[in-house]
Amino acid sequence: MPLDPRRNAPRPGFVLEVDKSTPPLLFHHGEQFRLEKLPAGSSRVVYPAEPLAGLADPGDAIREALLNPLNEDPLPSLLWADMKLTIAFDDLSLPLPPMRQPDIRQRIIEQVLDFAAAAGVDDVHLIAALALHRRMTEAELRQALGDRVYDAFAPHGKLYNHDAEDPEGMVELGLTGRQEQVTMNRRAAESDLLIYVNLNIVSMDGGWKSTATGLSDYRGVRHHHNVLTMQKSKSFMDRHKSELHHSNWRQGEVIKAHGPRIFQIETTINNNTFGYDGPLAMLQKREWEWSVRDRGTFIAMKNGLDLMPAAARRKVFQSWRAPYELTSVQAGEVEAVHHRTLEQVFAQHIVPVKGQTDVLTFGLPYICPYNVNSVMNPILVMCLGLGYFFNLYRGKPLVREGGVVIMSHPTPWEFHPVHHPSYIDFFEHVLADTNDPAEIEQRYEEQFAYDEWYIHLYRNSYAYHGVHPFYMWYWGAHALQWLGRVIVVGGDPRAVRRLGFLRASTMQDALEMATDVVGPDPSVTYLHNPPILMADVT
Amino acid sequence: MVISENLSRKRIAITGATGFLGTALVERLLRAVPDSELLLIVRPGRRGALNRVERDIFRNDAFGRLQEIYDHGTNNQETFEEMCERRVFAVGGDVGVDGLGLNEEGLAMLASCDLVIHCAATVSFDSALDDAVEINLCGPMRVAATLRQAASIRHEPTRGGLGVGQPAHLIAVSTCYVAGSRRGSAPEELINESPFFVDVDWQSEVASARRARIDAEQASRTPARLSELAKQARRNLGAAGGPALTEKVEQLRLKWLGQQLTKAGRSRAASLGFPDAYAYTKALGERALIETRGDVPVSIVRPSIIESAFAEPFPGWIRGFRMAEPVIAAYARGLLKEFPGIPEGVIDIIPVDLVVATILAVAARGPRLDPNQQPDPDVVQIASGAANPLRYAQLVNLVRSWFIENPVYDERNQPISVPEWSFPGRGRVVRQLGRARKGLDLTERALHVLPLRGKHAEFSAELDERKEQLERANGYVELYGAYAECEALYQLERMYALWGSLDANDRRDFCMDPKVVDWPRYVQTIHLPSMVKQARLKMLPGSKSGESRSVRLRKQVLSPQRQLAVFDLENTLIASNVVASYAWLATRHLNKAERVAFSVKILREAPTLLSLDRQDRSDFLRYFYRRFEGAPVDRMAHDSAEMLSDLLITKSFPGGIRRVREHRALGHKTLLITGALDFAVEPLRPLFDDMITARMTVTNGRYDGQLSAAPPTGEARYQTLVDYAELHGLDLAEAVAYADSSSDLPMLEAVGFPVAVNAETKLAAIARRRGWLIEHWSKSKGAPQRVLPIGPRLRPTGPTAGVELRPAVEIGT
Repeated sequence: MPLDPRRNAPRPGFVLEVDKSTPPLLFHHGEQFRLEKLPAGSSRVVYPAEPLAGLADPGDAIREALLNPLNEDPLPSLLWADMKLTIAFDDLSLPLPPMRQPDIRQRIIEQVLDFAAAAGVDDVHLIAALALHRRMTEAELRQALGDRVYDAFAPHGKLYNHDAEDPEGMVELGLTGRQEQVTMNRRAAESDLLIYVNLNIVSMDGGWKSTATGLSDYRGVRHHHNVLTMQKSKSFMDRHKSELHHSNWRQGEVIKAHGPRIFQIETTINNNTFGYDGPLAMLQKREWEWSVRDRGTFIAMKNGLDLMPAAARRKVFQSWRAPYELTSVQAGEVEAVHHRTLEQVFAQHIVPVKGQTDVLTFGLPYICPYNVNSVMNPILVMCLGLGYFFNLYRGKPLVREGGVVIMSHPTPWEFHPVHHPSYIDFFEHVLADTNDPAEIEQRYEEQFAYDEWYIHLYRNSYAYHGVHPFYMWYWGAHALQWLGRVIVVGGDPRAVRRLGFLRASTMQDALEMATDVVGPDPSVTYLHNPPILMADVT
Repeated sequence: MVISENLSRKRIAITGATGFLGTALVERLLRAVPDSELLLIVRPGRRGALNRVERDIFRNDAFGRLQEIYDHGTNNQETFEEMCERRVFAVGGDVGVDGLGLNEEGLAMLASCDLVIHCAATVSFDSALDDAVEINLCGPMRVAATLRQAASIRHEPTRGGLGVGQPAHLIAVSTCYVAGSRRGSAPEELINESPFFVDVDWQSEVASARRARIDAEQASRTPARLSELAKQARRNLGAAGGPALTEKVEQLRLKWLGQQLTKAGRSRAASLGFPDAYAYTKALGERALIETRGDVPVSIVRPSIIESAFAEPFPGWIRGFRMAEPVIAAYARGLLKEFPGIPEGVIDIIPVDLVVATILAVAARGPRLDPNQQPDPDVVQIASGAANPLRYAQLVNLVRSWFIENPVYDERNQPISVPEWSFPGRGRVVRQLGRARKGLDLTERALHVLPLRGKHAEFSAELDERKEQLERANGYVELYGAYAECEALYQLERMYALWGSLDANDRRDFCMDPKVVDWPRYVQTIHLPSMVKQARLKMLPGSKSGESRSVRLRKQVLSPQRQLAVFDLENTLIASNVVASYAWLATRHLNKAERVAFSVKILREAPTLLSLDRQDRSDFLRYFYRRFEGAPVDRMAHDSAEMLSDLLITKSFPGGIRRVREHRALGHKTLLITGALDFAVEPLRPLFDDMITARMTVTNGRYDGQLSAAPPTGEARYQTLVDYAELHGLDLAEAVAYADSSSDLPMLEAVGFPVAVNAETKLAAIARRRGWLIEHWSKSKGAPQRVLPIGPRLRPTGPTAGVELRPAVEIGT
């Protein structure tokens, strides 16, 4: 297969001013796509950078990182025969979509286990650091870690999901200077060494958030997963201006003082979400560069999807495995490692943008961190749009204060009953009452968080914790405060109304509806994402 | 003659005072004849005669005017209650019993009366033959006999001056229709004086009516009949269990018995030329009275069809649902597309106040005397046909045009347009209705066989309602068709003679001249407005009172006062069943080829299993659970924990799960009663305070396929619930029960707040009829869909690696 010439000379992301010659633009629209024309002369499109080149030999790079860690001794020197070793790893929510095997976590953990074996370490536990996310199923663990690791550990109860509600399984490490509790998985906390295997897809991930959040419970997480913190995180993708991260870093201080020794391994991947070739290749190309074949494939795919029943369509999308490539791996002390990671993430994601816009628009894809192998329910639509996409900025928001967000997603009134039981009640009960984040937090959060049935399902089934839908709503709190209006193109009318948004049939209608808020002839910016980009707005 | 003067200082006994005519009589006497006293002979009921009089008579809106006069008006010497206490006496009695069922005191009270107005009758046109005979035929005769007896025990003269041994004047209210179905003039003459009268012996009619009851009772108990009824009960209720079915069978038997006796009455009446059993028994009643009256002076007053008041006590006053009202209401609702009748025929309607005036005029005049000054029975008719006829077509037009102006609204708030009648023959209408009913019957049966649930099942319940309405319409046509076709003209000579004898004041206060009635005005401004109120027809669009019925019921169900919420599992909280859980558990350890074979086998067995389940749930469970023989206990527990996510929660109704939790949050005890096995539902335990499930016995760590006790289904479920409530000191009247099937009927009936969830056809029909809350809970949209409940396959290296992988359960037994 001939290599794409751009593979070794990727072009950076850029801003396109829309003019009459600009072809219709691709919008993700859940398990479908839309082509939209934006008004010429007043619109611009922010394109992501092309995938950076992947590391030629990931195995070598990992080995190199483990042997030459940042501000830390080489891994083999930290291992001894009688030690208690725990390897925690990022859960199912990363990367998106799940990547082709071997998963980076598998590559790293296999090498770590080799070093451990060489050192004669017997007592090794592997824990999926899922905090209040749902447990990973056997198949999902196998996908992330490979059969070899799974079969060696799972049958002996040494590979398992973190359980934040196990009364015996959690320890309190102390309080931060601001009286924030710090809790941790008991096994991890009581280990001689905790190795954390991370996979950074956006700049929010990693650093102290890995352990302070990933291995914590409701008591620890509630200090930063709340409305006030999220409203003060501008944005939560910008670690230095994110109250979410400040809080996690304060908790990190406590872990440093009272917790286990931590060996952090962080990795970054490139933007190769849909492949250089293959059926979805055109999704990471710029529309005017689509070949005849790209167009043909796209039209066939779009029409094919229209004909499919919803369940089949979901299956097709959920089975996509992204051919991500490793762009960097760094190991050692948490903060030094994360510093390097952020440089790598930003190198791939940052696109400089001048000036804010009246109307920000984007198409929401079929997946977000919380619906892998599941259903993107309306609450997740809100979270992905107003939480993740809105916050993909550094400096100031892409859209001006009081501006409008137009997002494209079918927003069906659908929920996965096993994965999102508390979401159903949140949507049908809490949102029927109010959608003000602060009021929701005050009136309903604890009721859901301490609910025995949700806790039972979180521990024994595959359900997100009862409090999780609240966090989804808080994730959008900054945007809700900032924006004058939110419009969902092509959404289910009832579901969109329940979210408190307006629904438009077409992009043209939505732009028309936006003028009520931002005045006539607004400036429009289209965040062409995914593949992921982060706007550096000046 | 001055009516009020003649009647004052008299004590007047009245039977049938709780009826339409009786109430009007009492009211008029109290208001217009100030010094009279009344003795009301009423069936005492449980609370006694006086209480019944207060509740059933004086609370009627007829007395509003009188109350106004006493309590707020000119007469403030005494209150209305004080006046009633002074002038009205009540004794318990029953005209269906010899001696009127009076005790000594009652008889003495009757002896003190100067006059008896007998208006007790069973006027329902479909009453059983023997009931009609006892009351309408024997009633007047019994009154006369009792009056003779009363006269003989009188020690002192009455208020009105009747001496010892002198029987009181009896005014018996009959009906014009005793003249039978015939054309032309029907004069005011005694029955036997009519040339058309077929002289039958009333004694043998009485005897054979009593025999008919015995025969019908006998016929209703034959094995063939009983098994037919049992079949019907099962069709209605499904597998509701023994007690519920037996109760239903008895209910159906009594219904059948009633129908037989009604039919017997109607056909006997028709054979003698009467429109129905009412007219037939009334006619023979007159005859029996005349024959057996002895020295009791008798007058007979025959009204035609009595309808709402023309002016007294207020225009439009009516009590109860009379003869024409149900027909008119059915017409206004658009249910009666056709009604038989002769357009130019006369519908003989007479307002109730005119009838009251006639009776009082006869009472004031006293018994008619023959030339020898001996009492001579006489007949006075009060009808409109001869003096001021209302034609059938005119009536229909008046009704129709009024309902076009004032339509009734349907449940979707659309005005109902009333049909135009073409006056076909009765036979055609009956045939038409019969065809419609047969069609519905067939559809209904088909629907009951189909495994429908929820909204679809409710459609079938609607059908049930339609059928009932149709049946009622059919009934009206059968019962009243004869009246609409009657062409007799009732003569009013004696009535007019009486009218002539009244002075101007009496004519003002006691108007009885049918000529005063202006039919269009009467029908459209007096009768219909009052009738629609009485019938509670929906005359305005819009919801009745803000909240819908289900919202109101749901609030009751979720009131903190409730103590217990009990839930069924399958199809109430979860769209799954024991077969699905079994299949899931059994296939979990099978390889691909074995899975296919298993699925085929289960599918092949499905019809047998279904029909077994339909017949008796506990038999089915016993049979089915034998398949778990040999299943290891620990593995079932382990696999069930996985099944929670893959089957139970996936197929759950989030609305239902939420409801359980709402009950718990309100502090109600929550209880799951299910025929499913304990280990299969164990993962649901945190949802409930308690679970009662089927259990199997265990030998050597393996289930042996035998239930350790009867599974809690059907009436066993009811008993389980009762025991549970008793053990925990809970009041079942404050309990809520959720279930989906008619086999849960005993449990649903046991609690104060039954809720039908996604009900199957039979339960949907029952719930609708009884006004229970109906919930439609559905699976979450977005739940993974699977055709067969096959467990996801375990890899040999999974958590159960090391345990043998043969199917835990062998297929079949």
